[in-house]
Amino acid sequence: MCEDPGMHGHHLMGESECCCHPEMSITPENIIEVQGLTKHYGDLLAVDHINFEVKSGEMFGFLGPNGAGKTTTVRMLTGVIKADAGSAFIMGYEAGSLKAKQRIGVVPELANAYADLSAWGNLMFMAELYGVPKKQAEQRAGEILENLQLYERRNQPVREFSKGMKQRLLLCMALVNDPQVLFLDEPTSGLDVQSSRFIRGMLRELNQKGRVIFLTTHDMEEANQLCDRIAILNHGKIAALDTPQRLRSTINRLQSIEVSFDHPVAIEALSPLPDVYMVKKMGDKIRLYTHAPENVVVSVVDYARFHNLRINTLNTLAPSLEDAFIELTEKGIGHDH
Amino acid sequence: MTTNLVYLEQLRRSLVIAKKDLRIYYSKAPVVLGGLLIPAFLFLAFSIGKDVSLKALVPGLLGITVFAASTSLTPVVAPWETMSRTLERLISCPISTSTIIFGDMLASCMFGLAICVIPILVGVVTGVSITYPLVLAVAILLATLCFSSLGLMFSSPPTGMPQSAQMLSAVVRFPLIFISGIFTPLAEMATWGRGLAAISPLTYFTDLARHCLEGISYHPLWLDLLVLLIFTVLFLVVAMKLHERSMLKRL
Repeated sequence: MCEDPGMHGHHLMGESECCCHPEMSITPENIIEVQGLTKHYGDLLAVDHINFEVKSGEMFGFLGPNGAGKTTTVRMLTGVIKADAGSAFIMGYEAGSLKAKQRIGVVPELANAYADLSAWGNLMFMAELYGVPKKQAEQRAGEILENLQLYERRNQPVREFSKGMKQRLLLCMALVNDPQVLFLDEPTSGLDVQSSRFIRGMLRELNQKGRVIFLTTHDMEEANQLCDRIAILNHGKIAALDTPQRLRSTINRLQSIEVSFDHPVAIEALSPLPDVYMVKKMGDKIRLYTHAPENVVVSVVDYARFHNLRINTLNTLAPSLEDAFIELTEKGIGHDH
Repeated sequence: MTTNLVYLEQLRRSLVIAKKDLRIYYSKAPVVLGGLLIPAFLFLAFSIGKDVSLKALVPGLLGITVFAASTSLTPVVAPWETMSRTLERLISCPISTSTIIFGDMLASCMFGLAICVIPILVGVVTGVSITYPLVLAVAILLATLCFSSLGLMFSSPPTGMPQSAQMLSAVVRFPLIFISGIFTPLAEMATWGRGLAAISPLTYFTDLARHCLEGISYHPLWLDLLVLLIFTVLFLVVAMKLHERSMLKRL
């Protein structure tokens, strides 16, 4: 029997607020279950029938370039926008229903806390909106602010906070209801190294304490460091979904050396070098793709010495997300199950 | 939890939204002063020099104050939240769009109720007696709800610029002040003027205020209350529908 009212305007899937899962059997392991989730913006298909599930205790990475559909997916899962088709369930409750919203914490991309309120004021406001009893809210807010190193600044208006502090406060606000599932949309985007590392450390700690974390990022390394599994979204579709280790084994082949000489060199001349499997001309530079960059560096230096060439620049390049996409798509790892 | 309890919980969360609005938006000195000074200046500009008793002037002052205060910030709260990017976090909380809008309306209503004390005190101090205090209380409550809902309609276009919403509201608010029998009682208006006054909710509140303070009114008491109630329901329903439609465009 449906218990949530039809009072709110953001029903994700149709008018029914009933939280019962229609087809899939809910296993306690599956905290988030998504089937055929789709969203259009006019003619643009932003999210294209995606399927995945997130298991209990998992930190799940959602990767993709700008415009891939990551934020749209998170917004559908957190009940901010309504899906055009498909279904999503969080802990067995329809995503977007009041019951599902009650159990999640959210750090949206580009969101702000109330600048005129203090950190404490923002936390108490959130706690009241989640119906957390006052004493419990105060105790929890104190602990969270302490953990995120904001306790000393708790009475300061948020407008005086740095960007890193504001982001930490948003994370505090997402935790004040003690959620079982945490959605974070690019939480380290635009932050300095220290702030990013601090937030990553916090996420690791929260995950170790049993919280399920759904993390969207365009930073491959961040996802690699943190996530148990990663879904790569491209043009609204899941191009790959696997553990970082398995994804990395594909992407590792895409390491490359970029070199420029004082005289033009034909790419055909470098193709036969050992361990090089592809050569591309990139402006005045030549890029050699390899799985053994240290060997190729030696080969390139030997080649230059042998042909009496001077090396202007020589760089080893980590695989870009775009490289990973190309590789994964070409290999057909698509996991749109 | 039964459906009724869930509705009660959503109502409680509307009050939380209202409390936030009052702390952030309504407690600023320019807002409070604006809520008092604009109606006072407008009123003085049109009443000074007229040979009218204070008793006849206070209902108009009350009408204009309640109207100006209750419609002062409702048009800009949603654009303000859009501009400061606080809305998405709010929407992802376990509350509905209706809860947010209702909370915004409650804040405006409370602000209107607080501000209306000033013209009532002015009346009491200058010897105006309140003949029907209970009716006046009901009328003021209904009027603040009605005018707050009207203000909410102006904030529904999904803009992130509060000044755009404010301009839109000014285009409607100021003409309403002039056609609602504040400066000239309905009985003294020309027929076309009375016809025009009939479309303004402020007309009915001013008529109610005259009834409670002067003991005279143009319309029967029940008609004023009924029309004000109809306007309130209409504005609130339209505002909620418009906001539900535009909320996602604000993200």
